[in-house]
Amino acid sequence: MDGTPRLGHGFRFQWEPVQQCHVLLYPEGMIKLNQSGGEILARCDGQRDIAAIVADLEAAFSASGLRGDVEAFLAMAIEKRWLKLETEARP
Amino acid sequence: MNAPAKIGPPMWLLAEVTYRCPLHCVFCYNPVDFAKHETELSTDDWLRVLREGRELGAVQCGFSGGEPLLRDDLEILIGEARRLGYYTNLITSGVGLTEARLDAFKAAGLDHIQLSFQDSTKEINDFLTHTRTFDLKQKVGEMIKARGWPMVMNVVIHRLNIDHIGRIIEMADALGAEYIELANAQYYSWALLNRDQLMPSREQLRRAEAVTNEWKAKLAERMRILFVVPDYHEGKPKKCMNGWGNVFLTVTPDGTALPCHTARMLPGLSFPNVRDSSLREIWYDSEGFNHYRGTGWMKKPCRDCDHKEEDLGGCRCQAYLLAGDADAADPVCPKSPHHEIVSNALENAEKPDRQAQPLIFRDPKESRRLTEEAKTPEPAA
Repeated sequence: MDGTPRLGHGFRFQWEPVQQCHVLLYPEGMIKLNQSGGEILARCDGQRDIAAIVADLEAAFSASGLRGDVEAFLAMAIEKRWLKLETEARP
Repeated sequence: MNAPAKIGPPMWLLAEVTYRCPLHCVFCYNPVDFAKHETELSTDDWLRVLREGRELGAVQCGFSGGEPLLRDDLEILIGEARRLGYYTNLITSGVGLTEARLDAFKAAGLDHIQLSFQDSTKEINDFLTHTRTFDLKQKVGEMIKARGWPMVMNVVIHRLNIDHIGRIIEMADALGAEYIELANAQYYSWALLNRDQLMPSREQLRRAEAVTNEWKAKLAERMRILFVVPDYHEGKPKKCMNGWGNVFLTVTPDGTALPCHTARMLPGLSFPNVRDSSLREIWYDSEGFNHYRGTGWMKKPCRDCDHKEEDLGGCRCQAYLLAGDADAADPVCPKSPHHEIVSNALENAEKPDRQAQPLIFRDPKESRRLTEEAKTPEPAA
């Protein structure tokens, strides 16, 4: 899997103090995210590609070998249309 | 009080900003006596309600009515709601919506518009809404799409338009809808007054579901379709509002706070007003919001039923309207001692030559007349 993930049309990602978690908001609904899902989505800003997201997470959490987990989450999120993966080279 | 030990935050703040409406829909869920609740909250009141709702943890904010576009401060309220971090939803018929107003909503950060359609057949649409609005709605749909909003449509389905359901879906697709909710009329308020006219026969319903399923298969990738089966036909009580005081906090035009938009009809329950109490007090401490939370209020047959957690006894307003007792099991449940009322209504819908009174259109004059007549309230069944 390669490319630059960005939020799907109509979705908004934010931190909810009352819920103490990240959420995805969309028309008339909300998805509460667990910590790892929140950390991944927080980096899906349409600027960073998957490699950069993985590198950033590994640095932030002093971990290695996260690529598999990140890709599994991204695949799920893309299927649910939370994210779109842009694979074209950006100008 | 019967409330469960832990009360979570509301997810929705539903701001019914006005009962004024240019339409006169025969299935409107606004209270039949809406005309006597004329005093609307000020802009400042609403701004405070929005802030307090957000502090409570509400994330979805719906602006509805009546027709919310009739409030000329709507863009101010949307802008504040968006700034506070709500996902902002406008629920509108589109009547009165202009390019300039849509641009103002876009600038204010409006996230989403749900556009209601009555029918895809102009004649029936105009008949049902009592105004000539169909062409306008088509234009509004195009204006919404052109500004990049996701388009969600809601169509109330009933005996008089259910046979056009294929055309309704086709039209929604032509307008670029990403989602359409085909909601069978629920019989409260104005729809209950008009129930004999609005309730489809079993055969109509069966055909409509079959046609909807064909379109679902055909449009799978393009448009999601939700067909909401009426609870009368399903014979299964719904978990109304996903639980009383669980997800929704509605504030009505005059500031009365309700756990559901029709709950104001329930006798003997006092619902607080946002002019007198904070939303936090209202949500967590008020009698009105705590009364039907959980299952502690139930009596037989709900109390001993295996499904009580699943459906929470169904709808309190429906129990009151049909059985005359808001604590009763929802009469759509076959276990309800009042289920016959529902079966009779269903049987009546099978009769092609059934007697039905003329449709009663929702307008302030009818509202005042019906309020007068209801001086001695009687369950409408």
